[in-house]
Amino acid sequence: MITIKTFAQIREISGRAELTIKWQADMTVDNLMEQLALQDAAWANAFTGNVLIAVNKTMCNAQQRLNDNDEVAFFPPVTGG
Amino acid sequence: MFAHICTEDFDQQSLYDELLAQSQPTPGAIVTFTGLVRDFNAHGPIEGMSLEHYPGMTEKALLNLLEQATQRFDLAGVGAVHRVGELANFEQIVWVGCGASHRQHAFDAACFIMDTLKQAVPLWKKEYQHGEARWVAVKSSDEHAAMTWLTPSKN
Repeated sequence: MITIKTFAQIREISGRAELTIKWQADMTVDNLMEQLALQDAAWANAFTGNVLIAVNKTMCNAQQRLNDNDEVAFFPPVTGG
Repeated sequence: MFAHICTEDFDQQSLYDELLAQSQPTPGAIVTFTGLVRDFNAHGPIEGMSLEHYPGMTEKALLNLLEQATQRFDLAGVGAVHRVGELANFEQIVWVGCGASHRQHAFDAACFIMDTLKQAVPLWKKEYQHGEARWVAVKSSDEHAAMTWLTPSKN
């Protein structure tokens, strides 16, 4: 399984703070985003802006290949400080 | 080295003491920075804010930043605290402390941490204004400040 977490605007627009989906061999973050966007227009909307990606709490790009049990997070640019 | 994410207010003296106790060797200079919630933004007065974070990753990213600062500025000790949750105007929101043998390294390290924290640590501010809650947009001045640390001319 892949655990997906979202934060801030991405969480609000997608309407999902966390969900799990079935892992598939050779799956990339890009594939995962396409799959979510096809399932629900809310995900397509959530992914229209600037989306940052973390896999297992480390920043990465959409070409990152996923392993089973990975945690993928989607969030907007950060605004702390 | 310590990185705390907390919902409650923090005590500066306790953090200073913690930093000094952890520093090795005992520093000749300690610089601390405290950020407070401003009561305005570009559109006028605000009525506080809330901060969201990514439990686990926020702490990890902050520690990673402190590690970079330690290497880059030869720090004897470093610590940072960031509040999350609901914050009223003028409450303390962030604290950074840097200990070094010489003051310039401590000053530079504190600036480096604050500038890069705004780019690299998963935290999101939502401000309350005119009865609405709005996510804060990334400021180009903050992006510029973080980028200057990537140019080879600046330490």
